[in-house]
Amino acid sequence: MNERMIHLEVLRYDPQVDGEPHFQRYEVPCKEEWVVLDALNAIKESIDPTLNYRWSCHMAVCGSCGMMINGEPRLSCHAFLRDFEGVIRVEPLANFPIERDLVTVADDFIDKLKRVKPYLIPGENKPIADGEYRQTPAQLMKYRHFSMCINCMLCYAACPQYALQPLFLGPAAITLAHRYNLDSRDGGREERQQVIATNEGVWECSFVGACSEVCPKAVDPAGALQQVKVASTLDWFREHLLPGAAK
Amino acid sequence: MSRRPFVRPVSRTHWYFKHPRYLRYMSREVTCVFIGAFALLLLCAVERLSEGQAAYESFLAAITGPWSTLGLSVVWIFAVHNAISWFNVTPKALPVQIGEGFLPGRFIVAAHYAAWILISLAVLFFAGVL
Repeated sequence: MNERMIHLEVLRYDPQVDGEPHFQRYEVPCKEEWVVLDALNAIKESIDPTLNYRWSCHMAVCGSCGMMINGEPRLSCHAFLRDFEGVIRVEPLANFPIERDLVTVADDFIDKLKRVKPYLIPGENKPIADGEYRQTPAQLMKYRHFSMCINCMLCYAACPQYALQPLFLGPAAITLAHRYNLDSRDGGREERQQVIATNEGVWECSFVGACSEVCPKAVDPAGALQQVKVASTLDWFREHLLPGAAK
Repeated sequence: MSRRPFVRPVSRTHWYFKHPRYLRYMSREVTCVFIGAFALLLLCAVERLSEGQAAYESFLAAITGPWSTLGLSVVWIFAVHNAISWFNVTPKALPVQIGEGFLPGRFIVAAHYAAWILISLAVLFFAGVL
């Protein structure tokens, strides 16, 4: 197995000691097939046990290990070392406060996620005896790609609108709202529209498209947000041009 | 242990230099300035037209010349860039589901180009150019 020395510059921040973050350089013997997360694990195990970062599954499913790698929001378990040349710069996800080292404060995202009610709100409450809420494959395909979101927050780190206006609900939360709005078993669109069809909701988005470019699961949040804009605009026309028409 | 999260500063004026994708976005957004300027020029044309043939012809004479041609060419380049960049992202906003699949985005983009060409030809026809 080939091994080579990799140089990493990692942003460090200890809230008890540091006034502001600073870069620390590490030289790590790495195997050819390793990802950035493996290199960080090697540092923590053999060089510097004080280094802090989040990770769990190591297979791009849990969404925990998002970081800025050479300025790009990436899952560190999905970023192969062999694809980089020279020093690899690792920073915490952009647009989130740094809790410590590579660990960010995700409270804002979690709060926004809750606000859009990302769960099924049945339009009609059927008795259990009537069986499950059934769905055709075509109805599933309508929203399936949006349901692949792993809440990794890379889209928030890439979104300049979120950077400039932190009140913006952001790509993942609105995409998940849209995912449930598109679900044939759901009846909660009216409730979600109160949150997402607002200035701080979807209208803060100016379609930069960065969210879709960095999404590791090809969810296409930019597409979801534009579709929400189209649907919300149609709502407005129905409300103002067709008084009495149901949404 | 007390928490003291560090908030990194965000530049409100230079953020789009941080990544080529942001510059691409800004190049699309800045086209609105040129298209807005051309819309104002069109409004002036309509206003002069309402004042009669002589007024309109003097307006046409005022915007004829090498500098006007250069300016209008720049506006045209930005208008084309605006149209192309928006047409290319329309499949995201207007997906067309057919059964369990989606119509490939290139067909939606192609439909926009076809409509653009047809409408342009119609305008040229009614203007007496064709």
